[in-house]
Amino acid sequence: MIEIKNLTKEFQTAEGTVTALKDISLTVPDGDIYGIIGMSGAGKSTLVRCINMLERPTKGTVEIDGVDLGTLSEKELREVRHDITMIFQGFNLLMQRTCLKNVTFPLELEGVKKADAKKRAMELLEIVGLQDKANVYPAQLSGGQQQRVAIARALATNPKVLLCDEATSALDPTTTNSILDLIRDINDKMGITVIVITHQMNVVENICKHVAIIEKGEIVERGEVGAVFSHPKSTAAKHLVFPEGDPGAIIVTEPDEYLIRVVYNGAMAAGKPMISRLAKEKGIEANIAYASTRGIEGKAYGSMLLGIRGGREKLQEAIDYLTQTEDIIVEEVNPDVQ
Amino acid sequence: MFSNLFTPEVVSEAWQIVKTQFPLAFWETFYVTVVATGISIIIGLPLGVLLVAGEKNGVFPLPKAFMAVLNVVINLLRSVPFLILMIMVFPLTRVIVGTSVGTVASIVPLVIAAFPFVARLVESSLREVSPNIIEMAQSSGASPFQIISKVMIPESVPSLISNFTIAITTILGYTAMSGIIGGGGLGKIAINYGYYRYKYLVMLLAVILLIAMVQGFQSLGTYLAVKMDKRLKNK
Repeated sequence: MIEIKNLTKEFQTAEGTVTALKDISLTVPDGDIYGIIGMSGAGKSTLVRCINMLERPTKGTVEIDGVDLGTLSEKELREVRHDITMIFQGFNLLMQRTCLKNVTFPLELEGVKKADAKKRAMELLEIVGLQDKANVYPAQLSGGQQQRVAIARALATNPKVLLCDEATSALDPTTTNSILDLIRDINDKMGITVIVITHQMNVVENICKHVAIIEKGEIVERGEVGAVFSHPKSTAAKHLVFPEGDPGAIIVTEPDEYLIRVVYNGAMAAGKPMISRLAKEKGIEANIAYASTRGIEGKAYGSMLLGIRGGREKLQEAIDYLTQTEDIIVEEVNPDVQ
Repeated sequence: MFSNLFTPEVVSEAWQIVKTQFPLAFWETFYVTVVATGISIIIGLPLGVLLVAGEKNGVFPLPKAFMAVLNVVINLLRSVPFLILMIMVFPLTRVIVGTSVGTVASIVPLVIAAFPFVARLVESSLREVSPNIIEMAQSSGASPFQIISKVMIPESVPSLISNFTIAITTILGYTAMSGIIGGGGLGKIAINYGYYRYKYLVMLLAVILLIAMVQGFQSLGTYLAVKMDKRLKNK
């Protein structure tokens, strides 16, 4: 678990003191995918660098599994950084090393034996689908492939936490989705806690369970993704959710109505008339409260908020039914969770 | 001056000198240049690393006073013209080599003139390494020494080779100058025959050989720099 308490970061510049982060408190549970979203200059990159102490906070603490990172020496911090790895917008691969050697880099730092490091790197390259590129240099790879190598490198030391600093911002939409799928997969299979820093709504919608919205160095809103995005309260959140203006209070739930969030990531889901089948086969009526779909190269990506009537029983039935469809993620939205 | 440059007597006399003296002179110039460059790199590389890593925002910040002294010493040594530097270090040369004249003795002033230059070249190569790459290394838990040895230097190898090529050709030029005050090699031949004995053809041939050596070093350096650079596609 990552616990950030009252974190403030100030920078001394020629013009005086600049407060990049102001009294930030945040708890990220183990195994979560936590999004931190904000416009550029909001302080999200500084925040992520405070989590691995590349930037020392001016005030406040960062605790990982109960260890206060601020109290550690540089040497101890270097050990901790094998557990909190990072991927970047610009991939930051070593251009004079092969992909394999890039993945073994953090293992070399740890002093792992060459043969063992190579074996581990090959396994990881297989996970990211690039085992055939082991001896190729990064310059010969596409951006998406380079980010996959960077992910393999970040996983080499079996980290507990993966920090993603605008990891998909330099990629096209199709590649972005494939990288997000990979990150979700890694979170799922290895149980690694992921913190995603981004300015892209769709990234958060796509993979995050929780989100915090950061504006001018302060967290203005936080909670479950479905809840925050269906009931944005702060101006910053509304601006992100409705870039073209707030349509007003769009979602009104009846007393016996429950909201579920349906995320679909591919053509399979969009090609099937889910909602009418739900009504026909199960007799459950779903009210579309919110929907957003983007077509990317013939596949539909997006999310929907469905209002399900008839109490918790019907809700569970609807979730069970919809989950059977391929490429679909269904979860209950509790608007009160903040 | 060049009117009777190619009369048969002049040519045959020059050919005699070429045959008897040039092989050794060529070897001396080559040997002195390579050894002086090698020693200059051994001293200059760590200094160049210190110049970059020891900065306030570097990977291994060093005391401000130390950095200031280092910079001043390097600048001072670089400002003294080579000919004068060579005379100034005579006493030191005598201590190290035992004599201040001769081919081997000329290596001492060459190194003293060249290592600050090499340090600056190394500095500029290392500064080309992106700060993002260094941040990546830090976030992976690399120590300052690991960042220098596994990231900064390996990532700038092509640039370092290009810059060392500049260094070796510059040092080759200095060796010719050292011929004036007792250094050996092609420079000595060019000055002795051309300047003191008016045998311009010999001087011309010595200069042509020096140009060929510069070309040779430069071509080899460029070839290696390109070959080593893995950023270039489709090779």
